Amino acid sequence: MKFFLAALKRDLLLVFRHRNDIINPLAFFLMVAVLFPLGVSPNPVFLAEVAPGVIWVAALLACLLSVDGIFRTDYDDGSLEQMLVSSESLLLLVLAKVLSHWLISGFCLAIISPLVAMMFFLPEQGYTALILSLLLGTPTLSLMGAIGAGLTVGLRKGGVLISLLVLPLYIPVLIFGAGTVHAGAMGLPIQGYLALLGAILVLSLMLAPFAIAAALKISVRS
Amino acid sequence: MKIKMPRWFYQLASPRWFYEFTGALLPWFSAAAILLLVIGTVWGLVFAPADYQQGNSFRIIYIHVPSSILAQSCYMMMAVAGAVGLVWKMKIAHVVAGACAPIGASIAIMSLATGAIWGKPTWGAWWVWDARLTAMLVLLFLYIGVIALNSAFENKASADKATAILSLVGLVNIPIIKYSVEWWNTLHQPATFTVTEKPAMPPEMWVPLLVMALGFYCFFAVVLMSRARTEVLEREKRSDWVKRVIQSY
Amino acid sequence: MLEVKNLFCERDERVLFENFSFQINSAEVVQVIGQNGSGKTTLLRILCGLSDAYTGEIYWQGKDLDEVRDQYYQAMLYVGHLAGVKGSLTAEENLYWMMQLDKSLNKCTIADALKQVGLYGFEDVPCHSLSAGQQRRVGLARLYLSSAPLWILDEPFTALDKKGVKEKEALIANHIQGGGSVILTTHHDLMIPGETIRPINLDEEAVA
Repeated sequence: MKFFLAALKRDLLLVFRHRNDIINPLAFFLMVAVLFPLGVSPNPVFLAEVAPGVIWVAALLACLLSVDGIFRTDYDDGSLEQMLVSSESLLLLVLAKVLSHWLISGFCLAIISPLVAMMFFLPEQGYTALILSLLLGTPTLSLMGAIGAGLTVGLRKGGVLISLLVLPLYIPVLIFGAGTVHAGAMGLPIQGYLALLGAILVLSLMLAPFAIAAALKISVRS
Repeated sequence: MKIKMPRWFYQLASPRWFYEFTGALLPWFSAAAILLLVIGTVWGLVFAPADYQQGNSFRIIYIHVPSSILAQSCYMMMAVAGAVGLVWKMKIAHVVAGACAPIGASIAIMSLATGAIWGKPTWGAWWVWDARLTAMLVLLFLYIGVIALNSAFENKASADKATAILSLVGLVNIPIIKYSVEWWNTLHQPATFTVTEKPAMPPEMWVPLLVMALGFYCFFAVVLMSRARTEVLEREKRSDWVKRVIQSY
Repeated sequence: MLEVKNLFCERDERVLFENFSFQINSAEVVQVIGQNGSGKTTLLRILCGLSDAYTGEIYWQGKDLDEVRDQYYQAMLYVGHLAGVKGSLTAEENLYWMMQLDKSLNKCTIADALKQVGLYGFEDVPCHSLSAGQQRRVGLARLYLSSAPLWILDEPFTALDKKGVKEKEALIANHIQGGGSVILTTHHDLMIPGETIRPINLDEEAVA
């Protein structure tokens, strides 16, 4: 636990030293969302209808964009090698890194999501569903994304490749996440949806760290 | 993680033994594939009765359904072979897994194409966001990811292991993806009639379907073995037995 | 301490070594020599478990390395080409993290180690504003901190000045006298006071 906290502290400190890393995914999220009214129609009825999907797609892309760098600098400067020759648990370390990634991506996105929801005329009763679905869904995105990042960290053409690997895996979270917001906006109960998102999160929390650790070992040893 | 396995298991791990063993199997599977596919095609296209609703257009089922089933089995086989390769450090298993990916992707494309061709007379559109078709499309995306990752590594050993991990992650996700897509489909399109779920298909219709499915599996085995054998030769090209094999041609 | 048996490794269809066996005993300096591309770094990475492109057996204290990996990593210090130093963290923060990763970095305090490598007064400066040599020293400060018996050093003297190299040589001598052992690669003419250096020549291991 002490090691987990130390690893988390280090990662957050690194983020704090590069404050742009916090702003970039958020700005990206806002910009992608803004493209839809500009590209399709600013009609409030239309926007309210597509809001759940658009906000979720934008959040998903913002997570994907930022997860690519989760191990990149550690790989480039040799820190990752040192992590692999450590007797400390690689699983804990990986979890700490994913948690710190989630705090700067998914968590912040959930907090600013009402802003976009307002611009999209999402009915106010859907706000809770939006925030809760993002809070429960985006950690899964970070975990799955980290598998892709671990597999591609040693490759030069990481960026596009990671999208190909990870986007299909994001589909269930997108479906249930946007579904939650739809239901919430219509005033329907959302507990069932949240339970599904939670179940997916628990499953990925149990399995993904092993896949990430194995992926990192493969990337460093290649 | 070392689990003791019977002797044939380790024999199979020897590239040379694998090459000779599959070489012996290949003619049998080829013959079976040709026979079953010819019988199934003629039976399905000519002798099976026409559907009372869709007429003759339903006959594409004899290609669409076997390819859909095979595309899914192929992914499972790829992931299981990859897992065997990871756990027992068996190169042959990785070779088999690597051979599965392009075959599976082609079959998934075939399933999607036949689905589209079937969709035109049935639904009046080439593409409909039907749950099965959408899930197949996602499966194709998973295959594309595996192929892209495999070709991105310069080092074969790393490529093998990385794709094995990715296909295992995909395997765990496939049921979740299927479930989510089905759920999404009922949410957005209630009461589309699904053509593939005809509970009362008469034997004259499903027996040729079964023959076709078996034929597809045999065909898959033939292509898989051929690809894997070529890959084995490529990887073992400096060993003496491969040099002898090549000289004998 | 560390014993390697029948190591076989090939890279890009070229055999680097075959039937290669050697051991590293306690209180010994082993220098891996060979031309560029002869596999010096690869060998050290194999010894660290950072490469599995080999067949053969490696034993640590007589036991298969795979079975005692955790003990091995506690008893081993690896300094690679890359220093593992984060530019946006200060020297002190970097070393603090390294101590979290490696519990054997406990011989002295961070302040002492930084003083030894001549970075006293620089502990609060982010490492990206240090020179290449100074950054290297941050990584090498681990040598002063380490109580691990086995050191695996890949080109540890890169970017160091003459004085820095002398100090590191003295440090290695000290480590050996304490019963530790070192395996390293370097292009410098290594002079360890009071110790003989055993060479392992990879050019002789290469198979044409």
